[in-house]
Amino acid sequence: MAVATEQEILDGLAEIIDEIVGIDKSEVTPEKNFIDDLDIDSLSMVEIAVAAQDKFGVEIPDDELRNLKTVKDVINFVQNLQK
Amino acid sequence: MTGPVTFRVPPTVPGSRVLAFGDYQPARVVTNDDLAEMVDTNDEWIRSRVGIRERRIAAPEETIVDMAVQAGGKALATSGLTPDDIDLVIVATCSAETPMPNHAASVAYRLGLNAPGAYDLNSACSGFCYALSAADSAVRTGAARNVLVIGAEKMSQWLDWSDRSTCIIFADGAGAAVVAASDAPGVGPVVWGSAGDQSDRIMIKGRESFILQDGQAVFRWATTAIAPVALEACERAGVAPRDLAAIVPHQANLRIIDAIARKIKAPDAVVARDIVTAGNTSGASIPMALARMIERGEVPSGAPALLVGFGAGLAYAAQVIQIP
Repeated sequence: MAVATEQEILDGLAEIIDEIVGIDKSEVTPEKNFIDDLDIDSLSMVEIAVAAQDKFGVEIPDDELRNLKTVKDVINFVQNLQK
Repeated sequence: MTGPVTFRVPPTVPGSRVLAFGDYQPARVVTNDDLAEMVDTNDEWIRSRVGIRERRIAAPEETIVDMAVQAGGKALATSGLTPDDIDLVIVATCSAETPMPNHAASVAYRLGLNAPGAYDLNSACSGFCYALSAADSAVRTGAARNVLVIGAEKMSQWLDWSDRSTCIIFADGAGAAVVAASDAPGVGPVVWGSAGDQSDRIMIKGRESFILQDGQAVFRWATTAIAPVALEACERAGVAPRDLAAIVPHQANLRIIDAIARKIKAPDAVVARDIVTAGNTSGASIPMALARMIERGEVPSGAPALLVGFGAGLAYAAQVIQIP
């Protein structure tokens, strides 16, 4: 899989979040914290991680998931593993 | 001196179908507010994470056999068969008070059945789908004519009532089905499997222990591994998901149920959400949920319903059946 740009990952993530928790894509910006800003709980994060795995080809295990607090954290995580 | 012989076997039967379902819930309602007085939790948290509003808990003296008899008797009465017609009873349970005797023989006796074959089966939350498959096989091979299949659980006796990660989830109840021979198959091929490498995800370690669950890992597994199994069961039965009238997943967690249903893409199917008022009753949840959907007139007789069980083992099984 080709390495996705930051914008591509952000767009992909926004689509996933819209589909799973129904948050509008425009709300999903890099600085947003999943729990505090987007009100996404740990179970939804698991669903998002699994969907991100399908979309970006990068596995996000539960142990790693705990450390991904913001949208930017996920973008960095995916980019680092895609390199 | 004797030599090899050829055994006589009964003629095979083209198929089996479910004639009727029955359910039983204990009388005592335990609400989320009740639990909030016992452990650090609240109604909003439980509803949003698990989807349960209230559950039923059996009385201390009420046994798995008691509940199985209630559900089984109801299914038998609705089926139109007589007690003498039943020649096999299978009870799926994972919450037995004692390892023996089995529950099935006592249930058969209490229902006035005529000395049928009787055994218990343990595949935890997927137990009913395994038992239904066993009943279908027994009928089709001629080992039994009519089978009473029951999922019955008293999960409450294996709960640590100070563990807020489990005591808010599990509950008690029973569901039953009467399975009989049919010229047209009404129970589709079972698709089953297991992931024993994750056996420690949901377990009871010993007789002084309680139900322990790694909730997040189980959630991840259930929301990813189970929908493909369910879709394969549709494929094997030759039923397109869009033709399903009902999807009845094990009532583990409303969020898991919704995730599975979303992936099956069956726009006209009613999705069982019995967990809201029944909690997670493990092997009893699928027949309980479907019995109650039928009773409420939510699903049409004769249409296909997808059943999919999954849980401790980890083990899973799915099949499409014709709604009685």
